[in-house]
Amino acid sequence: MANVCVSLAGISLRNPTVLVAGIMGTNAELLCRVGKCGAGAVTGISCSLEPRSGAVNPCLLELGGALLNCVGLANPGVEAYCIELSKAVGASDVPVFGSVAGSSVEEFGLLAERVAAAGVVAVELNLGAHSCFGRRVWNLEEIGKVVEGVKSRVKKPVFVKLAPSLGLVDNAMVAEAAGADAITAVHSFGPGMVIDVESGTPVLSSRAGGMSGPAIKPLALKCVYDVCSSVEIPVIGTGGVSTGRDALEMIMAGATAVGIGSGVYYRGASVFSRVENEIKSFMNARGFSSLEEIRGLALK
Amino acid sequence: MSGFSESGMLPRTARIRELINESPRVKTFVLDARIIAKPGQYAMVWIPGVDEKPMSISRADPLTFTVANRGPFTERLFGFKIGDNLYFRGPFGNGFVIRAVKNVLLVGGGYGVAPLRFLAETALQKRMVPTVVIGARTASDVVLEEAFKELKVKTFVATDDGTAGIKGSCVDVACSLMDKEKFNAVYSCGPEKMMVALAAECGKRGVKCQLSLERFIKCGIGVCGQCACGGLRVCHDGPVFDSRVLKGVDDFGKRTRDASGVAHDL
Repeated sequence: MANVCVSLAGISLRNPTVLVAGIMGTNAELLCRVGKCGAGAVTGISCSLEPRSGAVNPCLLELGGALLNCVGLANPGVEAYCIELSKAVGASDVPVFGSVAGSSVEEFGLLAERVAAAGVVAVELNLGAHSCFGRRVWNLEEIGKVVEGVKSRVKKPVFVKLAPSLGLVDNAMVAEAAGADAITAVHSFGPGMVIDVESGTPVLSSRAGGMSGPAIKPLALKCVYDVCSSVEIPVIGTGGVSTGRDALEMIMAGATAVGIGSGVYYRGASVFSRVENEIKSFMNARGFSSLEEIRGLALK
Repeated sequence: MSGFSESGMLPRTARIRELINESPRVKTFVLDARIIAKPGQYAMVWIPGVDEKPMSISRADPLTFTVANRGPFTERLFGFKIGDNLYFRGPFGNGFVIRAVKNVLLVGGGYGVAPLRFLAETALQKRMVPTVVIGARTASDVVLEEAFKELKVKTFVATDDGTAGIKGSCVDVACSLMDKEKFNAVYSCGPEKMMVALAAECGKRGVKCQLSLERFIKCGIGVCGQCACGGLRVCHDGPVFDSRVLKGVDDFGKRTRDASGVAHDL
């Protein structure tokens, strides 16, 4: 029988699927539900210091194979967020990660410290947001400072989520050098736009939004391949994964774990156990006994 | 451009062909369009450049919304005139599960009666016998009474101050009806605390009950988690739930969340 357990920055996962930040993870009950749906680990939504309402509606569109969103980091603020995370940590069957989105180096440190204290096993730094949400796009130097700042205050594993920008590989290398324990690659693509031709108005309230879903998987896969070729730390391959085959591609590109977000829409909340089973069927049919045997095959 | 928005996920536009003032704060918008939907499902109504809000479907053909004016978005919507275009996407969510049973009781509180009108029409088509209880604070807040009577649905009205129908809550009236007559199912939409009480009364009598919930809905497809009621996504798992599903849900009847996710007591 194929063994699909993985060790991600010292954290044991029963399978490589990870619920990404920003999907379903608004409260403890939903995080626990995703764990029961088979996820190897779950990540809460990204939090900021104060509550954020995000963009008004429409903030998410399905385009036939892709989602376009400008949810815009809606979150109840770090205080209420940590209460939910603590409850999730106590009740979840699987490891719970926290995600933070600061507006400065200092704020990232503060948020990461508070989220770590809520009992999560790892903290993810959301450094991949789009400028269309009125948020900062982090440059190479800033990414290094944010990661160093957080690492000096948090003893738990720190993951860095990056945008699929031209500087992705450099950003990943800087994050690694600054002490990151893993890279989550990649955040949504874009920004992209849809215009309603009857009214001549962009449909998303922020006019543009990040693109995710099966349509972007080949783009995300190449990003993951490039990052895995350049860093030693583990990578959570993320972007358009909704099937076992998608996950296997990410792992063959070198990913240790696989993020799933939009897949929750395309295949339902049970996408996690389905992906796990599809990976196992493939491995059993091909005689692979562990994911180590296939990880990075495409890099060779 | 019909092919462009067949999925229902991108906006369609339709002309307003009729407006009906139901009460001082509730208005019905009848559109020159139809939608393929189930009772209890909702559409997202969009005013470009303003906002988009979930509205339960009160008729599918012609597509009709019965809307309460309760915030800046509906304030804008109430300014729309006959002939103006309205944009909508949908349908979204899961509606009422209508089993081919005979006697069904529909209990609506305030503007919560909106989806029950669509439900009553569908029940009649399935040769079921619906009875409706419309609850309101006072006589002028009673909505859709005429619409149900036109459908020849047995209609009861309950007002808190007794200015119309029976003095008392719609739950009281529903209880006395259930005690007199055998109902195979109860369907409800309205203030959540009212539905908590109704579900308890149905439970005592062994009557199955489905409730339509309201939360702050954003994505409409179950991904953003903003509409969480405990571990349920109201936008996608609901908005209609069997009362047995809601039994262990701590948020039900107690807490709702705003646009940021901060919890507030109901």
